[in-house]
Amino acid sequence: MATHSNENLLSISQIHKRFGRVVVADGITFDVKKGEALGIVGPNGAGKSTLLNLINGNEPLDSGDIIFQNESLNSLAPAERNHKGIARTFQIPKPFADMTVFENVLVGSTFQGKRVNHKQASEIALESISRAGLEAFFNTPAGKLRLLDRKRLELARALACQPQVLLLDEIAGGLTDSELPILLEIIRELNASGVTIIWIEHIVHALVSVVHRLMCIAGGELIAIGKPEEVLENSKVIELYLGSDFEVGGVA
Amino acid sequence: MTKLYAVTRGSKLNKVLPVIFTALILALAVLPKFLAIPYQVKLVQAFILIILATMWNLLAGFGGLVSIGQQAFIGIGAYALVYLADVQGLNPFLALALAAAISGIFAFPLSFLVFRLSGGYFAIGTWVIAEIIKLFVVQVKTLGGGSGISLAAFSGMGRETRIAAIYWSALAAIFLTLLSTILLMRSKLGLALTAIRDDQTAAGVLGVNVLRNRRAVFVLVSVGFGLAGGLIAMSNLRVQPDDIFSVNYSAIMIFMVVIGGLGTIEGPIFGAILYYFLQDRLKDYGTWYLIILGLLGIAIVSLAPEGLWGWISRNKFSLFATKYRVSQTSKEEGA
Repeated sequence: MATHSNENLLSISQIHKRFGRVVVADGITFDVKKGEALGIVGPNGAGKSTLLNLINGNEPLDSGDIIFQNESLNSLAPAERNHKGIARTFQIPKPFADMTVFENVLVGSTFQGKRVNHKQASEIALESISRAGLEAFFNTPAGKLRLLDRKRLELARALACQPQVLLLDEIAGGLTDSELPILLEIIRELNASGVTIIWIEHIVHALVSVVHRLMCIAGGELIAIGKPEEVLENSKVIELYLGSDFEVGGVA
Repeated sequence: MTKLYAVTRGSKLNKVLPVIFTALILALAVLPKFLAIPYQVKLVQAFILIILATMWNLLAGFGGLVSIGQQAFIGIGAYALVYLADVQGLNPFLALALAAAISGIFAFPLSFLVFRLSGGYFAIGTWVIAEIIKLFVVQVKTLGGGSGISLAAFSGMGRETRIAAIYWSALAAIFLTLLSTILLMRSKLGLALTAIRDDQTAAGVLGVNVLRNRRAVFVLVSVGFGLAGGLIAMSNLRVQPDDIFSVNYSAIMIFMVVIGGLGTIEGPIFGAILYYFLQDRLKDYGTWYLIILGLLGIAIVSLAPEGLWGWISRNKFSLFATKYRVSQTSKEEGA
């Protein structure tokens, strides 16, 4: 397992968000260390995806603070947060349907925060596509990809941004037993190379095989955060999310 | 295992086409020597329509900015041309270039106003701006007030020379507009706009500054609309506020772009040519003309929603080298 420093890269403090009457973030507070891999679990509708939306700026905060490298992100647009080094994938892929896979990924490598020329951007795009296992589809319009390949495209585009923090939203859902280890290896490698990972996933055994810490949220509240084995034994986490017959290593 | 890839733009087809386009432009350039005046006038109208459709498509088809108020910039271009050529006494061709630039200069501050709105509100907002600019112009005596103003700059010129000169101006304008559009779509701005066209949220998350790119395209197309406006003033020899600021321009542009193919470079050109022939053949039939346009619009939108160009190309080829192609150059097994 990769080591990480003690320096806080991302600090989430007292963030609140509600959609009408539904509270999706109710004073959530946590820190993420540089180089860490943090897993997020929780029941459907717990506010997991919303949390990523708040971090990357797709949704504005109602109140609270998101500090990245000692700088508040609160007033920054998604593109500006990307330039600071935050990339993400979407649970429901959002491909640029009429652009080819290469063009999709080229968008990520071209408009990242670091200035790159066209040749460098192309090389980063090619490498990201290879890494995500989409080499057979360089010239395929993204709208023609199967769901699984669309998920790979999400990953390739995020990689092309050369992020410091990668937010993954159920990237492993729907993968077959032979595909899952490949994805886990990619994420481990990324983390080992210094990329901080925040990863929402329902496939708990896959998640705990990669992350250093696990966090459980439900109803917009942070239920538990800590070492994966401790969080999975937490009685509230079992009650609200895992169910009493849960065993790590098996299927929830 | 190392694989090497080459990234190229366009296809083999795109290597032949520039030669054909150059030949076409040259043929069009010598045309006034052989073509009767009424046909030159018709070609000028067709060129103007192609410029308008291309500009509106860049704005709405790529930038996602569905405006029904771009007649504001057509009007600014038209009035700027008359003002610079007649009141200031500039050479009319220099005045045409300046009129286009002035239109772009107006667009920049106005973008801050209309970009506060989105979707349908943006569309209506742009229309309101066009109406307000018209109401301002009507108050200005130097610009002829409500009854409009005639262009006198060509009065010393013979009819044949004048029409040939306007024809060449329009040809130069369409050439520059299309060339700029292709270069724009090959640039970083083009990549950003194509991404915005397909998914605005994903574009933002990937680092594309949606607002800034939209502002850039809004200002750039306004230069094109101003150019078209200046040409309209030149070919009509008269500008009237109710005509030049008419929302009909927006209706026509939407029609041309939608039937041709929204969000492609080729589509609006085909749409404009089709629209030109329809109105040229059918405009004497009054109401029937509008009914036929409406039926055609419905038919195309329901049978070929990607427009005529989308239907012809099936997304498999394009006339202009904007698409990227990755090809494998070598493959070494080992390691």
